[in-house]
Amino acid sequence: MADLEKFRAETRAWLEQNCPAEMRKPMTSDGDTFWGGRNAKFSSDAQRVWFERMRDKGWTVPHWPKQYGGGGLDGEEAKIVRQEMAAIGARQPLTSFGISMLGPALLQYGTEEQKKEHLPKITAGLIRWCQGYSEPNAGSDLASLQTRAVGDGDDYIINGQKIWTSYANYADWIFCLVRTDPAAKKHDGISFILFDMTSKGVSTKPILLISGYSPFCETFFDNVRVPKSHVVGSVNRGWDVAKYLLQHERAMISGMGERGVGRPLGQIAADSVGADAQGRLDDAQLRSQIASFEVDEAALAAAAERAVDLAKAGQSHPAFSSAMKYYGTELNKRRYEILMSAGGIDALEWESDRSRGGARPRAWLRTKANSIEGGTSEVMLGIVAKRILDLPGA
Amino acid sequence: MALVLTEEQSMLRDSARGLISDKAPVAHLRGLRDSKDTTGFSRELWKTFAEMGFSGLLVPDQFGGSGLGCVEAGIVMEEIGRTLMPSPFLATSVLAASALSRGGSEAQKALHLPKIADGSLLAALAIDEGAKHRPLQTKLQATRSGNGFKLSGDKAFVVDGHTADLLIVAARTAGSAGDKNGLTLFLVDPKAKGLAVERTAMVDSHNAARIVFDNVEVNADSVLGEVDQGGGLLEGVLNIGRGAVASEMVGLSDEVFGRTVAYLKERKQFGKAIGEFQALQHRAAELYIDIEITRAAVLKALQALDADLGKAGNAVSVAKARAGTTATLAVQEGVQMHGGMGMTDQFDIGFFMKRARVCQELFGDSNFHTDQLAQGKGY
Repeated sequence: MADLEKFRAETRAWLEQNCPAEMRKPMTSDGDTFWGGRNAKFSSDAQRVWFERMRDKGWTVPHWPKQYGGGGLDGEEAKIVRQEMAAIGARQPLTSFGISMLGPALLQYGTEEQKKEHLPKITAGLIRWCQGYSEPNAGSDLASLQTRAVGDGDDYIINGQKIWTSYANYADWIFCLVRTDPAAKKHDGISFILFDMTSKGVSTKPILLISGYSPFCETFFDNVRVPKSHVVGSVNRGWDVAKYLLQHERAMISGMGERGVGRPLGQIAADSVGADAQGRLDDAQLRSQIASFEVDEAALAAAAERAVDLAKAGQSHPAFSSAMKYYGTELNKRRYEILMSAGGIDALEWESDRSRGGARPRAWLRTKANSIEGGTSEVMLGIVAKRILDLPGA
Repeated sequence: MALVLTEEQSMLRDSARGLISDKAPVAHLRGLRDSKDTTGFSRELWKTFAEMGFSGLLVPDQFGGSGLGCVEAGIVMEEIGRTLMPSPFLATSVLAASALSRGGSEAQKALHLPKIADGSLLAALAIDEGAKHRPLQTKLQATRSGNGFKLSGDKAFVVDGHTADLLIVAARTAGSAGDKNGLTLFLVDPKAKGLAVERTAMVDSHNAARIVFDNVEVNADSVLGEVDQGGGLLEGVLNIGRGAVASEMVGLSDEVFGRTVAYLKERKQFGKAIGEFQALQHRAAELYIDIEITRAAVLKALQALDADLGKAGNAVSVAKARAGTTATLAVQEGVQMHGGMGMTDQFDIGFFMKRARVCQELFGDSNFHTDQLAQGKGY
């Protein structure tokens, strides 16, 4: 315990000294997120300095082993780093699907060679990954995917199409689900494979969304040649890897509903709505909606903390991330409905500098995907019903 | 601190669950109700509670208690919630023990706390006056008289007020309704002249009383804490009570949910278990998620109370507000999914619905605590 308190004090002092002031302000635009990758550009010097210091300390991914560029911290220590970062409002130095999705799957299922090849490039922000899961005819029913990988000597030849591939047009590599045995039952003939997006035959086409942004792409594979050694886990057992990874993805998406420090929503609303003589938000209905939201938000934060602690104690249910994903995403949608209502007509401007290019309405629209991506809310409820509650026929 | 129970806490839970499920299943409450029992709980069972160290759970070691904290009290309350056992635990062991150990003089502590720990003293906290919980609106007046005070006014919803050997009464000694300053807590003998107790049978078959004070004389030694400065002490004690009731609601919700899911698997209509219908599966899943999130919020609040009582306000408001809405949802879904059977008195599920309604009102409902949180966050 004393060691942990010492670690906390050291962490606090180190962050205080090394996190630039600019990197402690709430993020206001997409450019504030640093994704890494071959073509990465920093939006400011502070962003670069912060990233480099954290990378050199191994804290872009504090809980990964040191030999892969992580910080080698145990669960308690990593939690302290998160808490101390949150306490000063420090931004994530590096955001990537390599950290939140592929990494955990590689650590669990990858060969030593695969780990050595890919994990250090993730922690150092050198390679940006994207996820090739959904297909035009395989959304909620993901296991019905049809992208084919046919053996040819030491390689596979891959043909097919993915959709909703987040940032595929910026990604350097893809982790992809492909069908390697079309005769097997639908969950049994799938493999999990990695390849370079610059491979011949890969092309992407951004999809324009209601937010006016194109965070997702259609991704096409036309006779893409990939070495068989790039399969993670066993051939035809890719569904196990996919499910394991989805649990991490869901945990990440549920976290979108969580906030670190920052002003309470009620105070943000008061900026535009105003307050009465007692300092209460000058819209009783909105005030009560916000307060109810903040009750649920605080409860979700406690549940997220508890989920980590339960996992550490070996008491968690593997499907619980579906419960958190459901609640976190629905809550985030609620947050943005409230922000739009609080902003009134100011929140409707789409292009002006005043509105930072319509940042709020675009973010509001973006949240509508939260309860669709990574498994819809309805699919999450189905998983909870089946795997946790053991209800029949689910 | 990790948001999971320690090994010792898990053992406490197991022993509380063993005792309560064995000696006081829902049938125990039903029996007390049907026989119109005038005590409303089992004194024999309370003795057992004392022997097992539960009655003195929050009483410091030097006064014969176990010196444990709010997390442990919450564990016992959660088990009480599972079977709806009527017990002096909340009023005596949580509220009165907290008030005395935190606000009492050495003499007051030495006089009362050992008796709470050994189960021989029952106490009750008298706060509410109107239909809704508004502690700052306390109007019951205490005016100086000779060496002491005279109390006049009404109290309602006094949990276990009809069996209490000692009342802890919130009164106004200065200021006016709405002020935090000017509140004082008094220790009052229920047999004092001018004091009338009416047991009020409630919807949940638990115990409460209305108490009228007509110039009840108390001496200066009866003041618990400081004159006019009782607001802070009261707030702390109420927050402990709120955490405890939130725990009871978690236990209640979890039990209703468990019974409901079992029913979904066993009840057949249209040739299959009704739990096969997606409409019910999704509602069951949503309720499960709601309960688990509330469980975390409540544990967080209990830990916050133990860590720093003065700073636990927001966490407690979150927990009590959440527990209220979760329990309300759980019992409504419970009755609905049990169909016509859920409406029958013969089936236990209705008892949970009734108790949930009472727990909502105890020490502030979800609306009250949601508003508290907004105030606490400065809007």
